[in-house]
Amino acid sequence: MSAAIELRGVHKRFGELQALCGIDLDIRQGEFFGLLGPNGAGKTTLISILAGLVRADRGSARVMGHDVRADYRAARRSLGVVPQELVFDPFFSVRETLRIQSGYFGIRDNRAWIDEVMRHLDLTAKADVNMRALSGGMKRRVLVAQALVHKPPVIVLDEPTAGVDVELRQALWQFIRRLNREGHTIVLTTHYLEEAEALCGRIAMLKQGRVVALDSTANLLKRVHHLFLRLRLVGELPEELRPLEHGGTAGAHVLRLRGYDDVEQTLATIRRAGCRIEEMELMQPDLEDVFVDVMQRS
Amino acid sequence: MSGLPTLLYKEVLRFSKVSTQTIGAPVLTAALFLFILSHVMGGRVRMYDAVPYAAFLVPGLVMMSVLQNAFANSSSSLIQSKITGNIIFVLLPPLSYVEFFAAYVLAAVVRGMVVGTAVLLVTLPFVDMSFRYPLWVVAFAIAGSSVLGALGMLAGIWAEKIDQVAAFQNFLIMPLTFLSGVFYSVHSLPDFWQGLSHFNPFFYMIDGFRYGFFGVSDVDPLWSFAVVAVFLGLVSGLTLALLKSGYKLRY
Repeated sequence: MSAAIELRGVHKRFGELQALCGIDLDIRQGEFFGLLGPNGAGKTTLISILAGLVRADRGSARVMGHDVRADYRAARRSLGVVPQELVFDPFFSVRETLRIQSGYFGIRDNRAWIDEVMRHLDLTAKADVNMRALSGGMKRRVLVAQALVHKPPVIVLDEPTAGVDVELRQALWQFIRRLNREGHTIVLTTHYLEEAEALCGRIAMLKQGRVVALDSTANLLKRVHHLFLRLRLVGELPEELRPLEHGGTAGAHVLRLRGYDDVEQTLATIRRAGCRIEEMELMQPDLEDVFVDVMQRS
Repeated sequence: MSGLPTLLYKEVLRFSKVSTQTIGAPVLTAALFLFILSHVMGGRVRMYDAVPYAAFLVPGLVMMSVLQNAFANSSSSLIQSKITGNIIFVLLPPLSYVEFFAAYVLAAVVRGMVVGTAVLLVTLPFVDMSFRYPLWVVAFAIAGSSVLGALGMLAGIWAEKIDQVAAFQNFLIMPLTFLSGVFYSVHSLPDFWQGLSHFNPFFYMIDGFRYGFFGVSDVDPLWSFAVVAVFLGLVSGLTLALLKSGYKLRY
């Protein structure tokens, strides 16, 4: 079985900027895959190469086994892309937009699927409204619907929830999870790392055009051994604990500990200093900690 | 199934949704040209010895409208899509560069023909027109609007801002159209300008188109058609080469 996405030695330069420097990546069919990285890491360039919007200088990219240049028709039929920018065609209504997008893929009568996609994305009531009259969140839903009109086996979402309200975010993830369960491969880029942690089975982290981490989400989370202790104290934090401080919110201190053994020592220090603990919480590292750790080390 | 018919449909739907601007306005402009010029010149000038000036003017105005609107259609659609970013919707699907070219040029031809027909219908009641060779009329209208549709694509692909398309239109398309014999027969020009006109491909489009109405022209219509066909081949070839290379569309 071919990989859903296969990238081999992909390089891309824009003038002085080396956007991608030799990306090798395989995403298996049926995966829910996260592509993370800071701004300018090369995520959107990588997606654009898969979509045929940008041409790699070197290397090859395949979608469901189809080369994006040599076999572009099959590659593009296999791929649905939700772009990051909130773009729309102001001449048409939602239904016209989706009908036209289906036609570009050679699908003549797609009414049943268009109705289903609109229902899942809560767009039915807006079907005959002009795109110009929609709110930002609604326009984002139409972009998702447009990427799905041709039922692509691979769906790429480039920061689909940027600036989107909670309701749409939940509805969107519910629908995308369902598509993933039905066998669609999902590739997601997002700055909301808690979303990636909750949804993605495997994650690649990009920095300056290179893959700096690639593993299952569970393994990535295991990479960080420390944990966090959040404390609200009556009195000042003892001086010897200051070096462990890792931020804090609203009168609470967050201490970064090397492991469970450090918890006991920390509490003892607080006791010795005569402080009283008002509130305490032990927190496991999350993907954000892994992300910060990976970006600092690489 | 190919996406070409849908892209053509979308392009036609796009201009029909704003028909006041894309059809109504050019018809009004052409009608004003006819009324003013025929009023000023009408009593004094006869063209080809026998044709009244107003009748001579009508095919020129029709063809001018066909050409300008074919250019406007493909150029404005592409530049608007590029600026707003919705060009991505036609770049993501499996459309070949030939299908892309064909859809935009055909839509430009449709717009040109619709506007041309409307101008003809509006002006017909005011002049006594003959239609000697209607096939030549149609052939030159299709070939001319195809050339301008392809030129519009070139402008739309090359330009990054709307004023660059406007510059293409104002400094290239407009002068070539106005100096092509829309308002006069090139035989009424001094020798130098008459010679220069023969290097203007738009002159052959208008002259051949006018031959279809009156059966007389400055140049043999077969020769005119050959010149227009060669020009169409050159412009199409260049546009297709740019599309194939992804110039300013796929980076």
